[in-house]
Amino acid sequence: MNKIFIIIKREYLSRVRKKSFLVVTLLMPLLFLALMIVPALLAKNSSSNEKIVVVDESKLFANRIPDFDEVRFTFSDQPFDSLRNTYLDKGYTGLLHIPQMDLVRDPNIVYYGKGQMSIMTQSKLEGKLDAVIEDIRMERAGIDKSKVEGIRSNVNIISKTGKDEKEGSAGLALAIGYGSGFIIYIVLLVFGMMVMRGVMEEKTNRIAEVIVSSVKPFQLMMGKILGIGAVGLTQFLIWIFLIWGLSFSLPLFFAGSDLTTAQSAGNNTAMMMAVKQISVIAQSADWGMITFCFVFYFLGGYLFYSSLFAAVGSLVNEDPNDAQSYTFPITLPIIIAIMIMFQAVTNPTSQVAVWGSIIPFTAPVVMMARIPYGVPGTVAYWELILSMSLLIIGFITTTWIAGRIYRTGILLNGKKPTLKEAVKWIFKNN
Amino acid sequence: MNLIEINNLKKYYATHKAVDDISFSIPKGSIFGLLGPNGAGKSTLLRMLTGIYYPDAGQILFDGKSFDPLKDVGLIGYMPEERGLYKKMKVGEQVMYLAQLKGLSNSDAKNKINYWFKRFEIENWANKKIEELSKGMQQKVQFISTVMHDPKLLILDEPFSGLDPINSLLIQDEIFKLAENGTTIIFSTHRMEQVEEICDHIVLVNLGKKVLDGSVAQIKQDFKKHLFRVDFAEPINFAQVATHHFTIEKSQPKSLVVKLNEDSQTNDILRHFINQNVTITYFEEVLPTINEVFIEQVNKTGGILA
Repeated sequence: MNKIFIIIKREYLSRVRKKSFLVVTLLMPLLFLALMIVPALLAKNSSSNEKIVVVDESKLFANRIPDFDEVRFTFSDQPFDSLRNTYLDKGYTGLLHIPQMDLVRDPNIVYYGKGQMSIMTQSKLEGKLDAVIEDIRMERAGIDKSKVEGIRSNVNIISKTGKDEKEGSAGLALAIGYGSGFIIYIVLLVFGMMVMRGVMEEKTNRIAEVIVSSVKPFQLMMGKILGIGAVGLTQFLIWIFLIWGLSFSLPLFFAGSDLTTAQSAGNNTAMMMAVKQISVIAQSADWGMITFCFVFYFLGGYLFYSSLFAAVGSLVNEDPNDAQSYTFPITLPIIIAIMIMFQAVTNPTSQVAVWGSIIPFTAPVVMMARIPYGVPGTVAYWELILSMSLLIIGFITTTWIAGRIYRTGILLNGKKPTLKEAVKWIFKNN
Repeated sequence: MNLIEINNLKKYYATHKAVDDISFSIPKGSIFGLLGPNGAGKSTLLRMLTGIYYPDAGQILFDGKSFDPLKDVGLIGYMPEERGLYKKMKVGEQVMYLAQLKGLSNSDAKNKINYWFKRFEIENWANKKIEELSKGMQQKVQFISTVMHDPKLLILDEPFSGLDPINSLLIQDEIFKLAENGTTIIFSTHRMEQVEEICDHIVLVNLGKKVLDGSVAQIKQDFKKHLFRVDFAEPINFAQVATHHFTIEKSQPKSLVVKLNEDSQTNDILRHFINQNVTITYFEEVLPTINEVFIEQVNKTGGILA
């Protein structure tokens, strides 16, 4: 036991002390924040950079198309044929040609531009034009617009689940499920590969034989798996801490600068409202259960797969291409898991989702997509207990199998063993 | 008193018998040579002695008691042929780590590291990474990590490969010193001249079986071909060497190697030349080298020399 601890300590310290660990650990949250903040800043500060000149032959739209986002519209009386050749020279980026129309059939409106209009701009512009045409059609049909507005309905379904009728939000459940399922998927692949590379290093460096003359091969393998697992946990704890800290301090900073502008007061109250709303929804989630399950499936999934990655590492010699052909059978179920997960977040009670969350190969990723929808509402207790038990049995089994392959593979140099040979090792005595 | 006794040890693989019913014993404090061509079963034998493999059948006695790989691991120092160190790790930390795995406490390990680093004059390497050292320097670090915990049994598989003559000599001296202080050393190599120089006792294995077992001097006696070398002061002619006592194996104008015929005595050779009235300047029995015995025995037992 003591020797496993010595190995864990080395595996852990040798990775945590590396500069690359520090860089990745510190840069990831910054990158994450940058991804959230930069687009917002860009949208705020950008001036109009698309100028579209409109030739309205129908005379219906005159100045009824409002500017939006980064698009500015100018109406022109010049004939379409002459503008068509000169709009670029005149400093416009695009030309919108609205022909004569009868208002019964939908018109053929054509956009000429330097480049393709973005899909967002196009759909927004289509919406604006539709609104104008609809208004005119209503007028012609003698329908009062204000009456139509009064007729329009906007239904919002609130779901209350279980006997205690807990209010929930499908949107939040989807976000949490998607996020945690994806994180576990990344963990399985990234840290699994790290274990594999570590084993390969020991094998190709030929230090494995020196070490297994002091400790059992199984101790060496478990020490590596647990050490790297501890590195992963450390990294996540630091990230949660940093993101939590930064997300508190940054809004304060931005709010401070916002106060100088005139209309900021209004913005802030709207922002406060939004924050309140989010926190109400957030409180509806069962955070205790989600956190417990996340940690369980994080560790269970990691132990399940990392021992298999260790076994693969012990089979491989110097050639990294060998690793690829061996890792494929292991990465395949992980990829299948994320594919089932995509479906499970939107449809958590489908057959695929239920069984995907029970079978240990896919459970760590798929179950995390279902948990946020509620236990025992969406995920029955028996499903959760079965899934967890199978995962525990699963990782004990994979660790046992991997240990048996590992102890032979790690000492084997030269020829690359076939999968068939490796399977034989499982049942061989040492 | 024997430190190691191996009785009817067997280890079979699916395709071949790596170790097939081998028995021998190793006296305490001796330097023991384990010889054999590639694939003879040496590495498997050594891996069983270090507890990495379990034998399929047979018994290993360590200091009179049944060998327990978990408990006795701290009594053994093993330097495998395929050896290495963590490239990115610092020398000091690396040696410390291996010492701790052998069960040394922190302070014991520190004392030992200081002692050996001073002895090999490498105190200033402690903070260097392994990858910054030359191959020979790495070997020194490897040797230190093998002997640091004062093992009773030291197993060295090709310890001189990759070493220059100066460092070879340094390690060789250390091996002798350790043996003088009572460490038993198993020494596995292909280089026979080193076996003659270093080993007291050898075992030759081939195709999983023991072929030879004995002291170096005894084996040389056992396989002698009754050859004698005689040197003369002046060239001799053919008529002077015709006799029924011996036949000529090799001849040079002033030196002969002769094979003594059965029923004749060593002195018959000398007497013959004295009677011929030639001046003898040198006379010696030519014993086979361990290398010659090795090649002969391996070929006889059906092995392929790699």
